[in-house]
Amino acid sequence: MQRLSLDYPAGEPAAQRALAGVVGSGDLEVLLEPAQSGRSTVAITTSVDGVNDIWTAVIDRIFADTDQPAVALEINDFGATPAVVRLRIAQAMEQAASGQGSA
Amino acid sequence: MESAELLQRESFVEKNARQRVQHLVDAGTLRELLDPFERLSSPWLGLQDIVTQADDGVVIARGKIDGVAVVVAAIEPAFQGGSMGEVGGAKIAGALELALEDARAGKPVVPVLLLETGGVRLQEANCGLAAIAEIHAAIVALRAHVPVIGVISGPVGCFGGMSIAAGLCSTLIATREARLGLNGPQVIEQEAGVDEFDSRDRPMIWSLTGGAQRHACHLVDKLCDDDAAEIRTAIARAVAQPVADLPRTQAVDAHLAQLRSLDTSRRADAEWARQVMAHDIHGAGDPS
Repeated sequence: MQRLSLDYPAGEPAAQRALAGVVGSGDLEVLLEPAQSGRSTVAITTSVDGVNDIWTAVIDRIFADTDQPAVALEINDFGATPAVVRLRIAQAMEQAASGQGSA
Repeated sequence: MESAELLQRESFVEKNARQRVQHLVDAGTLRELLDPFERLSSPWLGLQDIVTQADDGVVIARGKIDGVAVVVAAIEPAFQGGSMGEVGGAKIAGALELALEDARAGKPVVPVLLLETGGVRLQEANCGLAAIAEIHAAIVALRAHVPVIGVISGPVGCFGGMSIAAGLCSTLIATREARLGLNGPQVIEQEAGVDEFDSRDRPMIWSLTGGAQRHACHLVDKLCDDDAAEIRTAIARAVAQPVADLPRTQAVDAHLAQLRSLDTSRRADAEWARQVMAHDIHGAGDPS
């Protein structure tokens, strides 16, 4: 198990919190909460050791657009592939923007 | 079933625990208790280098099903095999105990338990077992006031101490994909030997512990397809039922008579089990 914390410049706080995914095999759970204006944080706990560089690359790319809402993400990962990571974060971002709390 | 019909059908099994709850409860009535943002996760898994889930794999929600006040407790099958840890177990036990207080105060709330669990979480051992015992006690106390509904939809099934919780329910609903048993196949094989029980023989396992067999043996009251609408209808019927006169687990004499009639020198198979358990001790039968 490893932990990793990242942060990025961002826009205004997200509209509301959101949840996506479960901590199941090959999947992960994303808890999204609005953060203070200007900065997004990502706290990752993963069951897979030694892949911090891949995590950093995947999350860097998702947060490359600095106009996105400011969010505090907590990720509990159980071996999700980069594609699943992107999908779950996108689901959480979409819910936070659309007004549907959690799924 | 036609493949077109299968494709049309909305699966219940494929939903995660929270989606199952959202599907069951009337629109606009759902209120989750101790949601994931409360971050009430397992204090034990992290110490053992295992990633936790923010809700410890249990969703508790108040709401209504066709207008009837319910509290739904749903176990997430994908997280640690639906295992019952200290926190998840306490969430279910606490929800049932609050429902009991409500029932005694004349405000009945019908518990619906989505049992998708391999039983106690071995990493949390006695803490999980204690919670399971509290769940049993609460179900027994509650079913004098309200029907207690259990649902085993699959794919994990319901085993260990939680299979006892399933047995204690007033009405138990299952699918063909579900299994119900005290010990899972690998435990039986480990204890009794592969000649007695081959845990890789899936047709044999389902023939003995699968939902259809358990229904034929009157341990399950209602058999449903893996169809979200059908399962919701079965649950809605069950929550609206009156309290059972004689819960299955209080029909002790009839069960003992069944057991005494067994010839234990003979190896049990599915057909024989159906013959021995042909009589519906429960009395309530199929609620449909």
